[in-house]
Amino acid sequence: MINRMERRLTLTAGALCLGGIVLFVCLAAVALLAFDEPGSANDGVVFDAYVWRVARFTLLQASLSTVLSIVFAIPVARALARQAAFPGRVWIIRLMALPLGLPALVAALGLIGIWGRQGALNTALVAIGLDQPVSIYGLSGILVAHVFFNMPLAARLMLGGLERIPGEYWLAGANLGMRPLSIFRFIEWPVIRGLLPGIAGLIFMLCATSFTLVLTLGGGPAASTIEVAIYQALRFDFDPPRAIALSLLQISVTAALLVAIRLLTPAADEGHGGGRRVRRFDGRGGFGRAGDGLVIALAVLFLALPLGSVVSSGLRADLVKLAGDPMVRRALITSIVIALISGLLCVVSASLMIRARQAALSSRRPAVLLRGLAVGIFASSSLVLLVPPVVLGAGWFLLLRPFGDVARFAPLLVILINTLMALPFVYRVLEPAMATHTARTAKLAVSLGLSGWHRLRLIDWPGLRRPLLMALSFACALSLGDLGAVALFGSQDMVTLPWLLYSRMAGYRSTDAAGLALFLGLVCLVLTIAGTPRAGADDQRRKDVTA
Amino acid sequence: MSLPETDIAVRLDNVRVQFDETGLHFDCAVGKGQIVAVTGASGSGKSTLLNVIAGFETPDTGQVEILGKDVAGRDPAERPVSVIFQEHNLFAHLDVATNIGLGIDPALRLGIKEKAKIASALLRVGLEGFGKRLPPTLSGGERQRVALARALVRRKPVLLLDEPFAALDPGLRAGMSSLLLDLHQQEGHTILIITHHPDDVRTLADSVLFLDKGRILLHEPVTQFLEHTDLPAVARFLGR
Repeated sequence: MINRMERRLTLTAGALCLGGIVLFVCLAAVALLAFDEPGSANDGVVFDAYVWRVARFTLLQASLSTVLSIVFAIPVARALARQAAFPGRVWIIRLMALPLGLPALVAALGLIGIWGRQGALNTALVAIGLDQPVSIYGLSGILVAHVFFNMPLAARLMLGGLERIPGEYWLAGANLGMRPLSIFRFIEWPVIRGLLPGIAGLIFMLCATSFTLVLTLGGGPAASTIEVAIYQALRFDFDPPRAIALSLLQISVTAALLVAIRLLTPAADEGHGGGRRVRRFDGRGGFGRAGDGLVIALAVLFLALPLGSVVSSGLRADLVKLAGDPMVRRALITSIVIALISGLLCVVSASLMIRARQAALSSRRPAVLLRGLAVGIFASSSLVLLVPPVVLGAGWFLLLRPFGDVARFAPLLVILINTLMALPFVYRVLEPAMATHTARTAKLAVSLGLSGWHRLRLIDWPGLRRPLLMALSFACALSLGDLGAVALFGSQDMVTLPWLLYSRMAGYRSTDAAGLALFLGLVCLVLTIAGTPRAGADDQRRKDVTA
Repeated sequence: MSLPETDIAVRLDNVRVQFDETGLHFDCAVGKGQIVAVTGASGSGKSTLLNVIAGFETPDTGQVEILGKDVAGRDPAERPVSVIFQEHNLFAHLDVATNIGLGIDPALRLGIKEKAKIASALLRVGLEGFGKRLPPTLSGGERQRVALARALVRRKPVLLLDEPFAALDPGLRAGMSSLLLDLHQQEGHTILIITHHPDDVRTLADSVLFLDKGRILLHEPVTQFLEHTDLPAVARFLGR
């Protein structure tokens, strides 16, 4: 509810943002579809054996990653749910939230430190006389990395579900003398099963569009996903028709996935693990306790060792020399500037669009055009996922090539692609906060004639400062840790921290890489933690806006 | 009830508000200086009636006149009305004096004269010295008094109250009612108050607007309304 003039302004601004996004995405898509170069291969040959192999591998690794993540997550979630009170439990749950904020490249480095040829695991194997080194490269490495990222995510979501089981169930279970197996079968499994479609869909989506992990851990053409293949087709082979075929394939795969997730997933349930304590009566015996302890310990080791490896090898690097390296400094400045601009762009456009959507839907029976705008804004926040950064980049790469060196446009493109990437997340952080804020303050403000700058200064900023800063922090972290957008356009003149880290890894300057990874990882983690809503903070904020 | 044209504070002339499922129809005139109780079952359209007068809802057809002037196209803040809701009348992060000050100037340009006005408004609602308190530290009744103080400094001739005492304990309700009556005697506001309580109707109102299924079923003096036992909807409301 806002006054007429402001309503018109808001609607216009929201429509402009939406239009900008649609234009940016559609131009890239049109560039891909319309690309025609003399001498390029015709369509029949484009979908050749290589393309199909890449597609098959993409789906294979995504399916295996999903299954493994879920299979390992179930015992971990169950053990944590059963052992509801032991010292350090909350830290273990926090540890499980860490991978989400870690740039994939940093995690890859940590995983290599543990599972790699010279890593801790193989060293140990050799020491006990086994000389069959475990290989981190290829399918197995991709799977380890995807499980590293997604098992904790799945476990946290499941834990959230298990902790929402009403306490009476445990009382009844204990009263009936249910054994652990029956408890799992009749109480825990039905809850987990209800969550599975959502969790599996999310993880499959993340793994099918995984770029950085596959780029660093995949073993050449035999283990390449569509995203990486697009990058290679453009950057190394310069084979646009192949990049186009792969992009179309990628879009159809992600579209099919989004539809499937939409159909399979019941109402979205944001699980916050580790909030409320429910008293359970099982898992108290020594045997149950030991088993749960073992499961938790293994999970902690699996997650903490690579993180520890990043820290320890990072500290061994010559950090002082690294800090004085002009290349590092430039990359740092570039990264910060890009992250800040794209973060701000993202938060501003998301809040404008959310506001416009509220304004469009505020009348009793919105006109068709306004309904369309509202639907468009809502859809854009998730349809952006449809066109992965590398595909967007590929489209703009082709579009801008006739205008000279593509690298000239690199900063702008990387900023815009990063903005789009963060949009779905920022939208989800801001939307509920802004809805509550509007419900509480809008009518009152408009009845007092509070509008424009004064409402922004006196009401909106104090009420929305926290979620806005959180969203900004999260968007900056995403942008700062991203390699996908910059990989296509990176050059001598455009080096971001992840790109520098990737080059140093590829150039076998591993101590430099370790130092950079430690730094990048820390910055991104701090930003992500600052950008993650804490349980309880939400309720507090709701109370804060009006009384 | 028919009134001379110049004595009408609020007039709804054939106002229709269409929702997806239901349509509402209002036709009434409220005299200057009256306290009108707006009652009826939930969903009968009471809040919509107030929203139309306040400018939160735009009617599909019909005319809304306040003090003889058509207010179509005027934003809520440009209409000669003050509104008090059931709750959330104050911005929690701003202190009491600032919340009242917003009623004088939304840009908060407050000089010595304005500050004096705020202090005297607080005095009149019995909250002397509460200016620096933050709303969450006040009781529900105190918060509603601050909202009344803000309505006082705004000096708008029409006061719309949407169940202002609904969230209060019975003891507090009585106190608020007598405060409202006192202020009404001093200021001569025209007051429309939505209430679910027959007690409020008896103690406060001069007349009653009784709504049923989106229509104004009755509009009559309060003594006459309280005698109505022939209409089932009214009998249910009065608890008979």
